[in-house]
Amino acid sequence: MRRLLVYLVLLVSAPVAAVAQERMFWPEQASEQAPRLDAFYLALVAINGAVMVLIAALIIVFAWYYRRGSHVNRRFPPHDLLLLETSWIVGTLLIFLAIFAWSTVLFFRVQSPPSGIDLDIYAVARQWMWKFQHPEGPSEINELHLPVGHRVRLTMVSQDVIHSFFVPAFRVKMDVLPGRYTSVYFTPTRTGTYHLFCAEYCGTDHSGMRGQIIVMEPADYQHWLDGQRPETTLAQEGRILYLRHGCSGCHEPESQILAPSLRGLWGSSVRLENGERVTADHRYVRDAILLPQREIVAGYEPIMPSYTGVIDEADMLRLLEYIRSLSREEAAP
Amino acid sequence: MKEAMIGQPGRHYLNEGGFGWKSWLLTTDHKRIGILYMISITSFFLLGGIFALLIRLELLTPQADLVSSETYNRLFTMHGVVMVWFFLIPSIPAVFGNFLIPIMIGARDMAFPRLNLASWYLFMLGGIVAIGAIVIGGVDTGWTFYTPYSSTYANAYVVLTVIGIFIAGFGTIFTAINFIVTTHTMRAPGMGWFRLPLFIWSNYATAIIVILATPVIGITLVLVGVERLLGFGIFDPAMGGDPLLFQHMFWFYSHPAVYIMILPGMGVVSELVACFAYRRIFGYIFVAFASIAIALLGFFVWGHHMFVSGQSLFAGLLFSLLSYLVAVPSAVKVFNWTATLYKGSIRLEAPMIYALGFIGLFTLGGLTGLMLAAAAIDIHVHDTYFVIAHFHYIMVGGMVLAYMGALHFWWPKITGRLYPNGWAIIAAILIFVGFNLTFFPQFVLGYLGMPRRYHTYPEEFQMLNVLSTAGATILGGGYALPLGYLLWSLGWGKRAGPNPWDARGLEWEMTTTPPIKENFEVIPLVEREAYDYAEPALNIGEQLRFEREMAAQGEKGYR
Repeated sequence: MRRLLVYLVLLVSAPVAAVAQERMFWPEQASEQAPRLDAFYLALVAINGAVMVLIAALIIVFAWYYRRGSHVNRRFPPHDLLLLETSWIVGTLLIFLAIFAWSTVLFFRVQSPPSGIDLDIYAVARQWMWKFQHPEGPSEINELHLPVGHRVRLTMVSQDVIHSFFVPAFRVKMDVLPGRYTSVYFTPTRTGTYHLFCAEYCGTDHSGMRGQIIVMEPADYQHWLDGQRPETTLAQEGRILYLRHGCSGCHEPESQILAPSLRGLWGSSVRLENGERVTADHRYVRDAILLPQREIVAGYEPIMPSYTGVIDEADMLRLLEYIRSLSREEAAP
Repeated sequence: MKEAMIGQPGRHYLNEGGFGWKSWLLTTDHKRIGILYMISITSFFLLGGIFALLIRLELLTPQADLVSSETYNRLFTMHGVVMVWFFLIPSIPAVFGNFLIPIMIGARDMAFPRLNLASWYLFMLGGIVAIGAIVIGGVDTGWTFYTPYSSTYANAYVVLTVIGIFIAGFGTIFTAINFIVTTHTMRAPGMGWFRLPLFIWSNYATAIIVILATPVIGITLVLVGVERLLGFGIFDPAMGGDPLLFQHMFWFYSHPAVYIMILPGMGVVSELVACFAYRRIFGYIFVAFASIAIALLGFFVWGHHMFVSGQSLFAGLLFSLLSYLVAVPSAVKVFNWTATLYKGSIRLEAPMIYALGFIGLFTLGGLTGLMLAAAAIDIHVHDTYFVIAHFHYIMVGGMVLAYMGALHFWWPKITGRLYPNGWAIIAAILIFVGFNLTFFPQFVLGYLGMPRRYHTYPEEFQMLNVLSTAGATILGGGYALPLGYLLWSLGWGKRAGPNPWDARGLEWEMTTTPPIKENFEVIPLVEREAYDYAEPALNIGEQLRFEREMAAQGEKGYR
């Protein structure tokens, strides 16, 4: 009897497993969060399936059993049962809250920054292409090479309309906004080539705004990087812009004009004129360049001109990376 | 009535006051206005359906072959605009609400009959402007009009479309004002709030949402127009605006609008289930207040459309929690409808098949809504076909089925004619099967990662898209059938008699079929609870006499 049961379970589950392998019901699981999310998803499918079957079965059984003309007991049909009403209200609410709790734990784990970042990559989206910028210098169009097992942060911005970075195999999606950085975090766990889609409708060739994420062994990635590596890194290109736009005239320590020093700025806590404190991150430094009158550093005159319309998104990322590198040098012995 | 021809009163709202076009276009009779709406929204439904069919045909293959990307983007945008604002939102309230609300509460007309007619003219004007925009070149922003694409980048007739929606919105608001005032002030003696049919409760809740939410979409769309025409930086960051502001304002209207679209359907299903299970609805009070709870809670969940938009994690958490709360009253309704079947005396007539289909499909739509409310899953399936499938289960599986159910239930009262029952049941089953075949594969497509609004797609998604298109073909056939046999019944259908379903409620028990212009000779005194199926219908004798006499005259199909 038991053997029969085992046999039956295998008979049912084997094709399901086989089919699942063929990517019939979910995409490949190529990131750390993918299996966790799929487990939650399958649990919900099971719960929902059970509820659906229950409701459908009740409707079908009642509709047949109590069909007009059938000789069954219809005496004293209940109209209002307070206890029943209360219990299904409270019951549903409790199940909903349990699902909410599970979901929220996962949501925060996926969306909040991990303890350490191994790889920081920038993305600039525009109608209808993706441009990725590696800190070592190389940039790619509609392709992104990544080493397996590394914690990646992608800092993204759009040059025109809203786009959305979506890699089904990683189970990540984040809108890419004009004028504001958004970030997405993931750790690829499996080498291979995966779809990249723009998920937010962005105009005529929206469905053509696709690309490939190529996850490689770290050694292969290094090899690829070496083959790509241009003369200069992102930060070095940023330094050229820093000189060309005249930033150095005020922000260099030996400058005559008093402007806050940029060394050690990145990641530090900046005290503003109005007494607030902000962390110097992508958002803050970008706004300081484009909207310098918004957050004035305490003790300094608001004399910096705005660079809105002068510096485009790609150059902005170079400048940010340069300013960031100034703090790395500081930290290094 | 006695001197009238058997089964039909000598005078009724269809022949009183003349047959000319003026008697229709200048009417203030709520019943005729309901029919004006029925004709207009049926045309809009056909138009939106043609767009849908073209979309599905294009998606048969992964490449672009039928239409260009420009055309494809216009097709799904106009499908959404036409279906949401010119079919779903007016559908049940404007057709059946207009026709039935005064009769159900024992009044002779709406509180403001001329305002009622004005609302239809505004609706038509808005519709004509929107169709004008389609004819001269269309709009390609998606029905959501996300900025800054719509306000700055789109190369299409955004402003004209937006004006059409804006005008039609006033028509919707006028109708809602009429419903609320009528329900408050014009109930017949004895018609207390808890004797109201649940159809009234749900339309009342809908009217509250319409009045509170519609002005917000009006303002939002005006701001899009202002940015587009005058270059004020409101939403475009390049001009100092905030693109997410638009999404907050849009969904503050458009999520409640989902309930504008589904609540009236829930009201219809309560009527149908009570009639064809032949017993009082289970938990009347809970079903009634569930409508109000949905109307109020529905205003606090808009951010669940924006989990990956860049809003803060804590906003995401709060909107997720509130979304679970608003699902409770919907679940309560489903449980109560199911419990009503217990110990009922069930007739599986065509309207009941639609009602039971509604319960099943709405439940699946709701359950998948719970998955989308889970922010963790939404990260993956947001803006994919999973979302498309989910809201079509609510809007088409739910609302359109309820509309079809209402049409088949009240058709005899509206026209005085019965339709061929066999054909109606075949159509109902075709629609149910076709619908599921169209939209169930899209859940799988969505989880596999196919984004919505994609003109071309990777080849591995083709199989499921072919299934979906096949289903859409069956669904289209299912919708075409009623158009045929209902029109046929106008000329050749059997006469209905005052109460062919042996139903309860003033519209069935106290009016002729079709009703007279002022609905009642004498305003009725209401002495019974709603859905009093334990007692015989007040006019059951009349109905039986009518059927006997028809049989005696040699008419086929009467007992």
